[in-house]
Amino acid sequence: MAPTLLEMQGISKHFPGVKALDKVDFSVKPGEVVGLLGENGAGKSTLMKILSGVYRADAGEIVWQGKTVAFPGIREAQEAGVTIIFQELNNCPNLTPLDNLFLGRELHRPHSPFLHYPAMRKKALELFAHLGIPIDLDVPLSRLSTALQQMIEIAKALLTNVKLLVMDEPTSSLTERETARLFTIIRELKSKGVSVIFISHKLNEVFEITDRIVVLRDGQNAGELDSHTATTEQLITRMVGRELGALYARRARAGGSEEVLRVEGLSGPPHVQDVSFALRKGEILGLAGLIGAGRTETARLLIGAARKTRGSILLSGKEVRIRSPADAVAQGIAYLPEDRKVQALILPMSVRENLTMSIHRMLLHLGAFISRRKENEITDSYVASLSIKIASREQTVNDLSGGNQQKVVIAKWLASKPRILILDEPTRGIDVHAKAEVHRIVSELAESGVSILLISSELPEILSLSDRVLVMHEGRVKALLEKDQVSQENIMSAALAGGPG
Amino acid sequence: METKRTAGGRLLTAAVKSTESAIFLALVLIMAVTEFFAPNFLSGSNLYLISRQISFVAIVAIGELFVILTGGIDLSVGSVMALAGMAAAYLMKVGVNPSAAVFLAVMVGMAMGAVNGVLISYVKIAPFIVTLGMLSLASGLVLGFSKGWPITEIPKSFLPIAQGSFLGLPIPLWVAAFVAVVAHVVLRYTAFGRRTYAIGGNEQATFLSGINVSRIKLRLYMISAATASLAGIILVARFNSAQADTGKGWELDAIAAAVIGGTSLAGGSGSVLGVLIGACIMGVIKNGLVLMRVSSYWQTAIIGIIIVLAAVLDRVKPKRA
Repeated sequence: MAPTLLEMQGISKHFPGVKALDKVDFSVKPGEVVGLLGENGAGKSTLMKILSGVYRADAGEIVWQGKTVAFPGIREAQEAGVTIIFQELNNCPNLTPLDNLFLGRELHRPHSPFLHYPAMRKKALELFAHLGIPIDLDVPLSRLSTALQQMIEIAKALLTNVKLLVMDEPTSSLTERETARLFTIIRELKSKGVSVIFISHKLNEVFEITDRIVVLRDGQNAGELDSHTATTEQLITRMVGRELGALYARRARAGGSEEVLRVEGLSGPPHVQDVSFALRKGEILGLAGLIGAGRTETARLLIGAARKTRGSILLSGKEVRIRSPADAVAQGIAYLPEDRKVQALILPMSVRENLTMSIHRMLLHLGAFISRRKENEITDSYVASLSIKIASREQTVNDLSGGNQQKVVIAKWLASKPRILILDEPTRGIDVHAKAEVHRIVSELAESGVSILLISSELPEILSLSDRVLVMHEGRVKALLEKDQVSQENIMSAALAGGPG
Repeated sequence: METKRTAGGRLLTAAVKSTESAIFLALVLIMAVTEFFAPNFLSGSNLYLISRQISFVAIVAIGELFVILTGGIDLSVGSVMALAGMAAAYLMKVGVNPSAAVFLAVMVGMAMGAVNGVLISYVKIAPFIVTLGMLSLASGLVLGFSKGWPITEIPKSFLPIAQGSFLGLPIPLWVAAFVAVVAHVVLRYTAFGRRTYAIGGNEQATFLSGINVSRIKLRLYMISAATASLAGIILVARFNSAQADTGKGWELDAIAAAVIGGTSLAGGSGSVLGVLIGACIMGVIKNGLVLMRVSSYWQTAIIGIIIVLAAVLDRVKPKRA
């Protein structure tokens, strides 16, 4: 039996009013890739934060390489060989990849306060060549894709002689191709004896990359599975504690023929070129493509969040001018952005205030005052119909789980009674259960006649929900797949149209 | 958290839990200490004087609050006070009747606010820079037109607006109370107020929610200029003349009152009540130092300490769940 690298035993942690972890056991062997799964709030992040010294356990023991430890902080954990790459990347977008890579452990010229850039550059080039990542070391990090930024985080960990790498939802904003590259790197780390803890909601990926899966539910161990023999159903049953209907149930629904939206020759910054398509009443049009293909950018041009340089937008055959999101809302177009915390929610505000943010004009009395009564009614009705779990409508959205936050955002847009709903990564970073609910809501909306443009980097989501699929590549539409042509192969080949590279 | 609350119950819970109650306690404490060291502090005539003094700062600070709630800042309020005051005095000097003069002078001030607002929300220049420029521009306009000389031909009928009293309280206090009530109602109960807080909480999300953020910001800078103008104009009646250096440094007092009152400079949180208490704390301390015969040089230093202390206390206070 291989010696154990990490052994966490009987870990418990209380927060005021919540038992976050209850006698959890968790171990990792050298060179092992362990999946850590559970719904949001199951305790995965808390466990990892205890490991890395962000929190201190109330009870239990951590044995690292045979010694009982309690790292006082992330830095000490890192020095011992434990590195966590958080879901929200911690980097400085204004600095270059080189600066980010060496942040906090810069190389100096001997006996001087000055940085030794040639040495750092040499080391960085070696590292990236080794990882097989072509990267420009001298542009601001913010110009690089999320995938590349993530690779830099990994490279950063490699600089510290890492023995255990924890990745929290590393693929949530990666495309399939980028994910494949990440997996190649993980496998290489593994072959060198580095262990990886892989936290993800994407079950197929977990099966693909891990050796063993540890499931948490409500802060307790809920079983362990061998990744090579277990089935998705077994895993889901352990995660949610009950059987769940087929996660991606293919809808059978006749899309209408009435054209609600027509986009012609839409072009605009940064690189959207001549995008044309039509959206029919009550249909779900999937918008697939790699990250950077221009899907979000197209949506932003459509709602006037960015200024288009060319092209026209027709609603039910009539050309409309949309110069701001306010115009879009007035025309019945709602856009659910990809990053709910940064772009959709006002975190310090209450569920009620967030939910009614785009419908103030429906709540006015005496021309200026918000009717609290109407506001409460609308909030309560959406909280009930979308089964949003909240303590009260006055709870700040910051305190909600990702899934419930996303439902608040969906409710906010449903309240505006849109004709057209653009969903940008509607299930990113939310747990399986919430995901299934979001899918159900989206399907029902389409049934009720709302036309939906669905942007998603998760192919199964696109495949199961869409009536037709539009595939973009480098700012242009590469293919429009009709219902009978929609398949993973067709989408990927169009998305990769420029060839890999 | 209770789900059902009566209006009274809600008020009571809010009163006990709020940031405002903590600041209010601080105010009471400061007043007690001041009374201990300067026993004539709580005399009727002294309270009358400081309530009038505090009123001016409060009016300016309430306007400043609107801007700070969105994460912005208005450094030009002091200069705009001087400009509006000078404009009002000039108009009255040339024979315009006082109420028309007040109206026109407020318009002059709001025009400056509109310039700030357009540059900030449509040209997207940082508020700090724009209003710093306006601070210099407006004060330069005053100096240029007045050549540094005060205007002293103020009609007698205009003086009661600052020097008179109603029901035993100074009229500026009534003006401040009126401004405070209107501001409170606007911020708490109107869509405009909700959106102001929303912009401070997350400007991008507010924009993507279909709210015209630029138009709201423009109006906020005009509001800030309007209240500053109002204070500047009433000060003319207070001193029976319009001085070119009126309002100098008042932007700092206004910002300090807001910060002491628990307003976050990052935007999104703060209240009219907090600002009023903040203005009172500043006023009481200044007055107390005078009564205790502390030199005015040292007063400035002590006010500085109070401001930073308030920010530190706000930082270390336990976060509300």
